[in-house]
Amino acid sequence: MSSILQVKGVTKRYSNHLALNNVSIDVAGRSVFGLLGPNGAGKTSLIRIINQITGPDRGEVLFMGEKLQEKHIGRIGYLPEERGLYKKMTVAEQVLYLARLKGLSRVEAKKRMAIWFEKFEMQGWMKKKVEELSKGMQQKVQFIVTVIHEPDLLILDEPFSGFDPINAQMIRNEILELRNKGATVIFSTHNMGSVEEMCDHIALLNKSEKILDGPVKQIRKTYRSNTYRISFRGSAMGFTHALWTGAELIEKHQEEDVYTFTLKLMNNFKPNHLLEVVLPTSEILSFNEIIPSMNDIFIMKVNEENGVLGTKSNYTE
Amino acid sequence: MNKILLIIGREIKAKLYNRTFIIMTLLAPLLITGFMAFLITISQSEKKDQRVLVIDESKLFKGTLAGNDYISLSFSDEPLDAAVSTFSDREFTCVLWIAPNIVEGGAGASTLFYRKSPGYAFQTYIKSQMEKIIYEYNLNANHIDPNVIHNSKMRVQLMMEKVNEKGGTEEQSNFGLFGFITGALMFMFILLYGMMVFRSVMEEKTNRIVEVIVSSVKPFQLMLGKIIGVAVLGVIQFLMMGLITLVLTTLLSTLFLKEVKTQLRAFEAQQEMVKKHGTNINLQSLEKFDDKLKVFEVLQKIEKIDFAEVFICFVLYFIGGYLFYSSIMAAIGSAVDSESDSQQFITPVMIPLMLGYFISTKTILDPDSGLVFWGSMIPFTSPIVMMSRITSGVPLWEIVLSLSLLFAAFVLTTWLAGKIYRTGILMYGKKTSWKEIGKWLFYK
Repeated sequence: MSSILQVKGVTKRYSNHLALNNVSIDVAGRSVFGLLGPNGAGKTSLIRIINQITGPDRGEVLFMGEKLQEKHIGRIGYLPEERGLYKKMTVAEQVLYLARLKGLSRVEAKKRMAIWFEKFEMQGWMKKKVEELSKGMQQKVQFIVTVIHEPDLLILDEPFSGFDPINAQMIRNEILELRNKGATVIFSTHNMGSVEEMCDHIALLNKSEKILDGPVKQIRKTYRSNTYRISFRGSAMGFTHALWTGAELIEKHQEEDVYTFTLKLMNNFKPNHLLEVVLPTSEILSFNEIIPSMNDIFIMKVNEENGVLGTKSNYTE
Repeated sequence: MNKILLIIGREIKAKLYNRTFIIMTLLAPLLITGFMAFLITISQSEKKDQRVLVIDESKLFKGTLAGNDYISLSFSDEPLDAAVSTFSDREFTCVLWIAPNIVEGGAGASTLFYRKSPGYAFQTYIKSQMEKIIYEYNLNANHIDPNVIHNSKMRVQLMMEKVNEKGGTEEQSNFGLFGFITGALMFMFILLYGMMVFRSVMEEKTNRIVEVIVSSVKPFQLMLGKIIGVAVLGVIQFLMMGLITLVLTTLLSTLFLKEVKTQLRAFEAQQEMVKKHGTNINLQSLEKFDDKLKVFEVLQKIEKIDFAEVFICFVLYFIGGYLFYSSIMAAIGSAVDSESDSQQFITPVMIPLMLGYFISTKTILDPDSGLVFWGSMIPFTSPIVMMSRITSGVPLWEIVLSLSLLFAAFVLTTWLAGKIYRTGILMYGKKTSWKEIGKWLFYK
């Protein structure tokens, strides 16, 4: 797949701090790209550069192979983290105004607005002022405004923050549907669950630098640590014996006569060896490899970079 | 360009349908003309029929003290007590008692008894008539012909004629007060619309809509669209207010000032006569205008004002001054998060505006002073000060120079404001300082 967006060695400095240091990313077309990183890592700075809100000090951004320029604005849709609407304008006026700013004609904007409003069952709200809408309704309007001009590239900064679960699910489905129709989506998030679920590719930023980059599946594979979880019924005696030979116990759990062990296998000790040890004395209920979640990888990588030891954490959002 | 038009359109629409805007547009002219009408009515005396019972114990006034079209006098010799207790039953409105020793003067030499207050104009009329009679009586008593005195008295009216460079003279209205009012109006308009831009910018920032918009248009376009939008709005409002005021004041002047204007014409004709024939004409007839002289002066000055010049200059200076200040206001609006934080930035902008206003008060006294000249050149104060000078005759080159400076300054402030604006609108939750804003100027 060819890339729709290439960021090449971008550096951005504000007077007292470096926001981005030589960051490069490559976003493949028709994919969902996750831009991850702790607060203040430079995600929003990068997104603003892609949206041409600010310019890079060094480096360049290519959109479909061309240097990013004003004409590309209409092909990008942006939902910022800090999003709002004009409170005193009616919903329809607002959507039309923002759509026309993106370059749609009045007629075209009206037509598409009608389609989206029908889709989200919002026809009755057209004449309402934004201040009369609930937060969830406003979020739907914001989403429509972001996608109404059918952008090739959709950039969503923390799209799920502030959305209720139902709206979040709806947005999730819309994102995937847009991708299936040919759009590319970049989103920044703290919600690692949604990254695993939706992203094809991620880049992890920390302290203005990119520290990790690649397809989600591949990254998770790379960070495999040869850890397995086994559940069995029976005696644990022979099993614990086996631990002396080739496995390190990470976690142990017992419920009545069912044991669950999490083990890290040593270099020469293969899963088959483990099963051989356990089979004679127990009835195996389940056995699977534990692949680290993006959440774990995120925390581990960031802590590693920041020089924090003890990578175990219960980071969840 | 198309996008700027969209922004301008939205800005106008958002404000035009605003209730306060509509109320302001209608109310301001009503207030202005209402105030003028009020001034005119209180200056024009109330003419209520007065029937006065005069008990003249000095015997000086019978035959000399006369009434007028609404004051009628009846002389009587009855005792004062009886008159006071019965006058209202006899359909008199008041009793005027004059002491026998009135010529010698002294407090309490005459008293007016009334049920309903007869009004200030009536009191003034009676008083001045009595004073005149006593004055003439005293002159006669000393064997002086009152006409001699009368003809020796002259009122001087100083006519102002400005000599221009070519040595010719031109009549100048030189109406300092009018200049001051236009200067004050300019001050008000610049402040009003400057604040409107400020609010509009801050609203977008605090609403968090601004980031969505700047992903579609350049921040500079947004700022410019906003400033121009409010300017168009200002001109619309200004024209509407002007039109309404014009209609109302025309109405007002035909209702109230018609009489005064005919009197003015008569007065001017007499002035011509005086110019031609010297003082050999009957000056008694001139005298009846004495109490109107002030009004005449104002009217003559107003009639000499070149309204077209004033209007054109007002529009040009409003546009220049507004653009100059509103771009600064836009920069400030982008730098703050809430109105309460904005004070420290707005105050320094207000100071030069206020200064312009104060210099314009000096224009009334001394329109050709150095302070006023420089005030009308420096862009921070020039819109206000130049407007205050305009009626005292400003050479064209000064206006051209001052306008050029103003527009050049506006280009500069807009450029700087654009730099501050595009950083400011995206800065949240950070207290901004002047130093910080200074740094923004150098961001790429």
